Amino acid sequence: MLDYVWLIPLFPAIGFLINGLLGRRLGKGVVSVVGPAAIGLSFLTSILIFFELIGKPASERHFEKVIFDWVVSGSFQTVIGYQIDPLSILMALVVTGVSFFIHIYSVGYMHDDPGYTRYFTYLNLFVFMMLNLVLANNFLLMFVGWEGVGLCSYLLIGFWYEKDSAANAGKKAFVVNRVGDFGFILGMFLIFVNLGTLDFTDAFAKAGQLDTATVTAITLLLFVGACGKSAQIPLYVWLPDAMEGPTPVSSLIHAATMVTAGVYMVARCSVLYNMAPIAMAVVAIVGVATAIFTASIGFCQYDLKKILAYSTISQLGYMFLAVGVGAYSAGIFHLMTHAFFKGLLFLGAGSVMHALSGELDIRKMGALRSKIPITFGTFFIATLAIAGIPGLSGFFSKDEILWMAFSSPRGHFLLWMVAAIAAGMTAFYMFRALFMTFFGESRVDHHVAHHIHESPKIMTVPLMVLAFLSIVGGYVGVPHVLGGANHIHEFLAPVVGGGPEPGKAHAGFSILAQAWAAGGAQGGHSTALELFLMVLSVLIALTGIGIAYFLYLKNPILPKRLAEQYSGLYRLVANKYYVDELYQVLFVNSLKKLGMGLWKGFDEFIIDGTVNGIAYFIGWLSSLMRRMQTGFVQNYAVSMIVGGVILALYYIMRAFF
Amino acid sequence: MKLPDIDLYLIAPEIIITVFGFLVLLVDVFAPKGEKKGYLGVLSLLGVAIAFFYTLPLVGTGKTGFVEMFAADGFAIFFKITILIIAFLTLLISIGYAPREGIGFGEYYALILFATFGMMLMAAGTHLIIIFLGLETMSISIYVLAGMLRGDQKSVESAFKYFLLGAFATGFLLYGIAFLYGATGSLYLKNIASYIGSKNLLNHPMLLMSLAFLTIGFGFKIASVPFHMWTPDVYEGAPTSVTAFMATGVKAAGFSALLRVFFTALPAFQPDWTSIMWLIAVATMTFGNIIAISQNNIKRMLAYSSIAHAGYILVAFVAGNKLGTSGILFYLMAYAFMNLGAFTCVILLGKKGEENTLITDYAGLGFKYPLLAASMTVFLLSMAGIPPLGGFMAKFYVFSAAVEAKFYWLAVLGMINSAISVYYYLRVTVLMYFREPEREITGLSFSPAPTLALILALIGTFYLGIFPSNVLSFAQKSIAGLM
Repeated sequence: MLDYVWLIPLFPAIGFLINGLLGRRLGKGVVSVVGPAAIGLSFLTSILIFFELIGKPASERHFEKVIFDWVVSGSFQTVIGYQIDPLSILMALVVTGVSFFIHIYSVGYMHDDPGYTRYFTYLNLFVFMMLNLVLANNFLLMFVGWEGVGLCSYLLIGFWYEKDSAANAGKKAFVVNRVGDFGFILGMFLIFVNLGTLDFTDAFAKAGQLDTATVTAITLLLFVGACGKSAQIPLYVWLPDAMEGPTPVSSLIHAATMVTAGVYMVARCSVLYNMAPIAMAVVAIVGVATAIFTASIGFCQYDLKKILAYSTISQLGYMFLAVGVGAYSAGIFHLMTHAFFKGLLFLGAGSVMHALSGELDIRKMGALRSKIPITFGTFFIATLAIAGIPGLSGFFSKDEILWMAFSSPRGHFLLWMVAAIAAGMTAFYMFRALFMTFFGESRVDHHVAHHIHESPKIMTVPLMVLAFLSIVGGYVGVPHVLGGANHIHEFLAPVVGGGPEPGKAHAGFSILAQAWAAGGAQGGHSTALELFLMVLSVLIALTGIGIAYFLYLKNPILPKRLAEQYSGLYRLVANKYYVDELYQVLFVNSLKKLGMGLWKGFDEFIIDGTVNGIAYFIGWLSSLMRRMQTGFVQNYAVSMIVGGVILALYYIMRAFF
Repeated sequence: MKLPDIDLYLIAPEIIITVFGFLVLLVDVFAPKGEKKGYLGVLSLLGVAIAFFYTLPLVGTGKTGFVEMFAADGFAIFFKITILIIAFLTLLISIGYAPREGIGFGEYYALILFATFGMMLMAAGTHLIIIFLGLETMSISIYVLAGMLRGDQKSVESAFKYFLLGAFATGFLLYGIAFLYGATGSLYLKNIASYIGSKNLLNHPMLLMSLAFLTIGFGFKIASVPFHMWTPDVYEGAPTSVTAFMATGVKAAGFSALLRVFFTALPAFQPDWTSIMWLIAVATMTFGNIIAISQNNIKRMLAYSSIAHAGYILVAFVAGNKLGTSGILFYLMAYAFMNLGAFTCVILLGKKGEENTLITDYAGLGFKYPLLAASMTVFLLSMAGIPPLGGFMAKFYVFSAAVEAKFYWLAVLGMINSAISVYYYLRVTVLMYFREPEREITGLSFSPAPTLALILALIGTFYLGIFPSNVLSFAQKSIAGLM
């Protein structure tokens, strides 16, 4: 079965081709079958391969299948090949599994959309690219997937191109991602130049040859790529705008799969990151900073999907915190549980929109719990999971990250503290959204109110499946301290290492002033300490929920009063700290101005200016000859002469001085 | 007196192209007046195809002939193949375009063949006079081609402008050649190099001046800053098929001569030219890309984009290593496919009396003409360097070379530029797919020849992206004799 790994990406590719080339002729019925079925088959293959893989001893769980030689040219060799190991198969399972249910949901959600075929075409292409990303056995093919998912994301964000905002959001996503990609490519070049290979197995085997400076540069550059794709500070700005796309897309691409690619990539390169303590520290700090910063933005948003978007960025920050402190398996574990509950939250938001004729403003919701009970129930489960309530998946994965942030040799007390506070904030804004949407008094517009209805089965069944996964998904990683076996940790260990041993000195953080370590994890950590911190984080989460309850259910007038009292702060947060505006001024406008300026200067002023000026004085017939003799051709020639003089001077100077 | 050996087989491709050029002229003269002369294009295509099949057996022979003035080495052959592909695609799109725009003269096809001949000579010359002959044959043909739309002021203007500035640049080039001869007493590239080496002439002022002048002369042909000023005007004004030919063919030929002269005759000066070329490369990329952002006319945008691409190629030139030089060869071939493809789309979107070259004309194209829009998207994405298309592999190769040669900043600047370029390539895509048409464009005709060109360009773009190894290793073998 392992030999058939290529089937996993093949099915979505076939789906893409059928829907893309013949979809219009085949009609909606066929498209609705082909789209999800392609992913379903791919999911099935992944499951079979998964079981074959775990049937083998842990040390033999690595398999590579070369499809064909891609680039073979002297020193430069790269293949198109897929690799199966615990990390890639887990990612493949998450990607195909979640995609499958979201595809089914989409059949209902997108049913009346005129772009139905186009939608499934793009979606299948996306899954194909995503699978290339996670299954690739080398950097170059991974990069193809990396760019491919970016392209699909852009196509799907701008799916409703009639809206200017959607088209612009697509463009923004693509351009911001290119900034990140540029880091990724550079990192890839450095790997190739220093190690002579882009193969994962080869490169990681030879990684020992790299000196610390080089490996730090490589890992930091790769992390720039991860920041773009996984929406971390400072490149997170595209993700909230990406909510312009259809909601299942937000769920699949912008919550469950694509945006986690950066985390996957860092985990995949764990060998390199382990060699670069500074890069690890940067990853952890950026991660935790993003987690708390974007969680705070979530406080003042009223758009349900935007809240979820900022929440996604914040949760991705947790994953980066995990991989940054060397707890790769914890990061991947959270990636998986997050895919379940965040995918579910988005689908739930879609179901709410469906019920309310597209309304997204939580100020115009309220008291929906009895009217759309399944949506409410599943949304509630997901909210509990993300808030870290014990017993649900999010609790196990988040708690492992928090514990690792504290106890890992690369961890730190401050990292734990910030992450724990952010966890409380997460609980707060998620319950704020939950309360305002489903509880309290109905603030729904009258003309919408009387046709609120629960979504059809084709949408609610995927909700229930994901809700189920959001509950049980965490039990593959129950920590030892709670009597669990932490299977996922062991499963991933052959790829990402056994993870940090708690209790060593903070060697990795020496750069950040050793003094900090005093408050951190010196000496052995007792089980009691781990349990204590666990209880503490649960209490923090409960506090967040309590505040949300107090503010939005008990005293619904209070938030408004608070907003008025602290209007400056409120406006700052509500406007997302004006980061978008800042970027607009700093990068977008200045680049445009530069372009316009150069264009005006050279083209308009010299060329058009001369043309118009002379054309004004002499008739247009004679102006042709005139302006060539007296006008801009001379300017062009002057430019050449100036260039030539500079060249000549340079060479002479170079020779004699 | 002993006559030199003459091996006509070596120059068979050139002879075939020339003969077919004259044949086209003759047939044109004897053909009845007023009829459509599509067969002239077909005849030219035939010539290019035959020349192509006479070029292939020369692969790997590495012979020189005509008293060593003319080489049929790997380098020349690779460029000839690229140039013949360019000529073939140009002729295909011309068969649809020329009659539509009222270019009904046989000279048009003959001149394309003559220009092709010139380009091939530039790639093959190992003697400065041969290279100069090739360059002038190409240039003069192109001057005339640019003005082929005789009724269109812009076309005439562009031809005249190109001619004036081209003559100016040629002057510099000739001066450079003369100085080289003056300092070394030879016009053979190899002899120049060995003379410089044996006499240690690194500080010879005449040689240094010639270095500057040659840079101007070749810099003009490849449209590098600050010798690029003619490009947008000429590209905009010239008939679109000729623009496509110039953007790909002239650039390829210019680079072939630049590489040959600098790497064979002047390798001793590599440290000197490297830093100045570094500057030119950065200026060329940046200038081209930034100005391209604010263009409203697609031909003008593609003109600035072609300037930027010359910059990327110069990055590899600066790197000066094997990886870079073979990267240039690969890049030029990939660029030929994607750029000719993009111009083919531009041509297909026009019709008689209505060129539709404003970027806003592309609005909503994705729904009216989905295949045309999809093709255009592929070409634009390839130029932006998105995998798995040819343009990505080309850029990957070129920037790897810079990193390998430790020009890290150059690679970084190149990549920043590449990121900027996405913006304007994407703008067209956004318009095509995410906007309603601003005005109705109907009645486009997809005649078979340009459609075939489009398909070939698509195949080439995908092929070089997905299966680059063949061409890549061919390029690496081809530069063996060069450096």
